[in-house]
Amino acid sequence: MAMQRELFKHIFKKPFTLRYPFKDKEKVHIPSDFRGKIAFYRDRCIGCSMCFRVCPAEVIEMTDDEKGKRPMFYLDRCTHCAQCEDVCPTKSIELTSQYESAGTDRTQMILK
Amino acid sequence: MPEFSVIVGPQHPALKEPESFTFWVDGDDVVRTEVRIGYAHRGIEKAAESRTYIQNIPLIERICGICNVAHTICYTQNVEYLYGREIPRRAEFIRTIIEELNRIHSHLLWIGIAGHEIGFDTLLMYVWRDREVVMDLIEDMTGNRVSTALMTIGGVTRDISPELVTKLRKGLDLLEERTKYYEKVVSRESTVLSRVKGIGILTREEAIKHCAVGPTLRASGVKSDVRAEDAYAAHDEVPFEVITSDTCDLFGRVVVRVYETIEAIRQVRYCLDHIPSGPVRIRLPNTPPRGESVSRVEAPRGEDIHYVRSDGTDRPARYKVRAPTLGNLAALVEMLTPKGDYRVRVADIPIVLAGIDPCMCCMDRTARFIEPSKDREWVWTWNQLKKYAKARR
Repeated sequence: MAMQRELFKHIFKKPFTLRYPFKDKEKVHIPSDFRGKIAFYRDRCIGCSMCFRVCPAEVIEMTDDEKGKRPMFYLDRCTHCAQCEDVCPTKSIELTSQYESAGTDRTQMILK
Repeated sequence: MPEFSVIVGPQHPALKEPESFTFWVDGDDVVRTEVRIGYAHRGIEKAAESRTYIQNIPLIERICGICNVAHTICYTQNVEYLYGREIPRRAEFIRTIIEELNRIHSHLLWIGIAGHEIGFDTLLMYVWRDREVVMDLIEDMTGNRVSTALMTIGGVTRDISPELVTKLRKGLDLLEERTKYYEKVVSRESTVLSRVKGIGILTREEAIKHCAVGPTLRASGVKSDVRAEDAYAAHDEVPFEVITSDTCDLFGRVVVRVYETIEAIRQVRYCLDHIPSGPVRIRLPNTPPRGESVSRVEAPRGEDIHYVRSDGTDRPARYKVRAPTLGNLAALVEMLTPKGDYRVRVADIPIVLAGIDPCMCCMDRTARFIEPSKDREWVWTWNQLKKYAKARR
């Protein structure tokens, strides 16, 4: 009976849960440094392969193009640990606040 | 009436993790208990040996979801011991802050689970609603609710901003108020008291004999805490009281966890007040020198021990983890064994099991093979396992 008052207080209150994804999309709490989907700025990359070396989930594969080595990301394997962002000397990798990445096509999860 | 056995697990709807328990029961009384572990061996230690030290941080983090901070602190400071280098003081404070926030989240989660196991789901719903406050604070600080990925070898990856400090203080005030309210609820509510008082008795002598750890040990009246005995991170400076209880039963375990939550809130506040300025990490070379080291951390569930051996390459030659639940398992069997006047009823099994805050998947490290028909037991080496895998292919 110790929680009686607390329970009565909440009878007329609205539910605490959000009705995501049908409603309340704007109310979802996303912190400013959220570790979401990777964004890659190809023009800044110098091809040092540091991201490839620190990635624990083998997301990154180094490919060759006319400018030299450049990373290719298989985002479906990504664990969002941000070690690649942390180690990148030219800030060409950034973890955005995008969190909705479900899809039916696996090839869309390849980032070049 | 003859005894018969009730086998629970490894796959059982009431048991969330794959572990097998055999309860020998006589009517409503449990006569003896057998536990068999090793169903969730994930090969993390072997995987750690094939990855570099920096790649291992997210892997070690996944040993346990709930006490991920304790495991990563243990790992990173273990590797730092190999280098023989100290990390900046600010990083140590940030490590302490996130560790204590993690403890608050883990203990509140446990109080909810305990409420659920005794059929008091109101407590579960309300505690977990308030746990969202600390989850949001962790998310603001690290960018994710559970997997923090904050630790790195040589410090931490993210600094804390003044705005975050204000946010943390606000959240902590709310958490303290709510935790104090739940402390009142669990110590006054008769439905809770009748299910936890005098249940799951583990005396002081038994707790020491069976090497219990963490809140289970402290609820048996033993003042033991790694943070006090072998201070790591900023625990040498942050004042705190080791909470103990001499009731030696489940009630003690509830009380210890509730007061530890309040103590953790105080520790975070102290850290926020006294955090020094400066860098948050130092850069270390990829390859640590040859050597071996052991590090201990007080995880929310108890003492967590990691061992590392380096052979001078960029990958560990051997990595060993002793997760806290393994230490409590022998004590758990003792709690489920009747002695003298103490009876163990079938209905008390779930809450006694939940009472040690088990995390079975963190604990499974080796696989032992048993062939009951031939009465044979053996352990395979890595090469034998590889041979077996090739033969099966």
